[in-house]
Amino acid sequence: MATVSSPYADPDREAFVDTVRQFTERELAPNVHQWDLDGEIPIHLYKEAAAIGIFGDGFEAAYGGHGQRDALLRMGMLQALAMAGSGGLIASLLSNYIGLSPIQRFGTAELKARVIAPCLAGDAISALAITEPGGGSDVARITTVAKREGDDFVVNGSKTFITSGMRANFITTAVRTGGEGPAGISMLVVDGDSAGLGRTKLDKMGWLASDTATLYFDDVRVPATNLVGEEGAGFSMIVNNFNAERIDMAAQSIAFSRLCFDEALAYARDRQTFGKPLAHHQVIRHKLVEMDRTIRANQAWCELLSWRLNQGDDPVAEIAELKVAATLGFEFCAREAAQILGGASYLRGDTVERLYREVRVQAIGGGSEEIMRDLASRQLGI
Amino acid sequence: MKVVVCVKQIPDPADPGEIDPSTKTLKRDVKLILDESDSYGVEMALQLVDGDGEVVLVSMAPNNEVLAMGADSAILVSDEALAGSDALGTAKVLAAAIKRAEPDLVLAATESSDGYTGTVPEQVAELLGMPSVTFAKEVAVADGTVAVKRQTEAGYDDVTCPLPCLVSVTAGVVEPRYPSFKGIMAAKSKPVDEVGIADLGIDAGAVGWAGGGQEIVAIEPAPAREAGEIVEDEGDAYERIVSFLEELKVI
Repeated sequence: MATVSSPYADPDREAFVDTVRQFTERELAPNVHQWDLDGEIPIHLYKEAAAIGIFGDGFEAAYGGHGQRDALLRMGMLQALAMAGSGGLIASLLSNYIGLSPIQRFGTAELKARVIAPCLAGDAISALAITEPGGGSDVARITTVAKREGDDFVVNGSKTFITSGMRANFITTAVRTGGEGPAGISMLVVDGDSAGLGRTKLDKMGWLASDTATLYFDDVRVPATNLVGEEGAGFSMIVNNFNAERIDMAAQSIAFSRLCFDEALAYARDRQTFGKPLAHHQVIRHKLVEMDRTIRANQAWCELLSWRLNQGDDPVAEIAELKVAATLGFEFCAREAAQILGGASYLRGDTVERLYREVRVQAIGGGSEEIMRDLASRQLGI
Repeated sequence: MKVVVCVKQIPDPADPGEIDPSTKTLKRDVKLILDESDSYGVEMALQLVDGDGEVVLVSMAPNNEVLAMGADSAILVSDEALAGSDALGTAKVLAAAIKRAEPDLVLAATESSDGYTGTVPEQVAELLGMPSVTFAKEVAVADGTVAVKRQTEAGYDDVTCPLPCLVSVTAGVVEPRYPSFKGIMAAKSKPVDEVGIADLGIDAGAVGWAGGGQEIVAIEPAPAREAGEIVEDEGDAYERIVSFLEELKVI
């Protein structure tokens, strides 16, 4: 029987997502537990992902990108990668998207060729550094300073919770080049091998496969040619970047919820209790339906908003609301899956155990649920 | 060098669908995918040509996934008369299509993952009057000759053979690449030569149900697995296991 597809279906997109699915099943899923233990993903993965085109969405073909931005393709790709069951893997492997997007939009051709091209080829890694030890969500108040001295900026300060922070070759860094407030913020690409740049690895609850770091800038000299766009234009770049990051995190959270459901369903069908499979108990069946219902609603919303992005719309409030719905849904599904798996979900190496720990960062990173509600209320004039 | 690779679309082994009781064959109304065993031949061909030559696919079903891996063009034989073709009927069609491409080398999988007859490549070679080498685990081409390490039960044979010839490759001969985003987009503009059996000079009576030299008499579900023998270790378990495996002639 032919399956009825979605109104957004497209054969090329499906072919690409199929490729990513195969890559995930063969190269990623069997190894994610080991990479959690290692605290990082192997460097060769960047080259392999680059060959398939996993980094290319939204980047010019001249620098190795797809030559198009397709939010539905990006959603499908992220959700296929998510089925490996590791948020840390995706955050780390795809930090190029958050680090390079401001350069793609506002950087000079010289900067794009020097930074974007090697990252999309899998030969270098890009990271985005905004959050500081003194504050996260209030980006207008960042304190890392960059003072102009001749042809250089001299950077002092620190950044924390920086994904790919330990290994990034290029760090797109929000710095204060002017006075107080948003108008004083600029974006500067700091080379990873700069003198005066220090890195400390962070030990985390989840995203164990991601080499997340605190970065220290001690009189780091950065050529002024590494400035992204205009001086003082950094704040709007940050805001623009967050929008894409948020729908990406929502898409992943929905896929992780689906994986929790799949794991719980398989276990409930197999596990025998009181003389019958777990799934034959009404209480368990209702849990599974509640999970499925939540996931389907969020998935339909995510597809619609991705389609609207492709039409040139910019649904800021709805993406913020979707991120809240997706991470609350993920929190619910991870909890219910853990209840269904019982003790099995408490063992290191189990997919549900890992996902349960990934929930928190999905609900906080890229804008916490609280900040998302605040943003939505202001956008909607509530 | 021009290399032809025979490729096939099969029902996804994870969800193969139902068998049609009237034809005693798979209905094939589910999602069809590239037979994984064919991806090794495609990768082998791409590596052998390495940008200096041409890789042409020959198939009896449309297959963009393989063009997306990097092949240059395809010959697609599509004809209602082909339904129900047995191994020899299939070989006749493939041989006629391959002849159009005038290749130096023809690659195929040792067998398909749905029909499993394992006879088509050799029949194609015979119909083309080409030598054939089967079960290749390594393939190298130099000076108009192909050198093959041919998998055997005991190890491998070194075989050399003049071109043009046909080589069937085993799974694992090379690591197939994944189709990339660029490959998928480029595949749409690659030439696909669609032909019917009349274009190939084949009579409808020679292929399909009409031309079948074999008949599927009956199909039965695979027998349920029987309980195995449990060996309790009383110090000599390894001896009993070794003798059991020797009896099976697997060691």
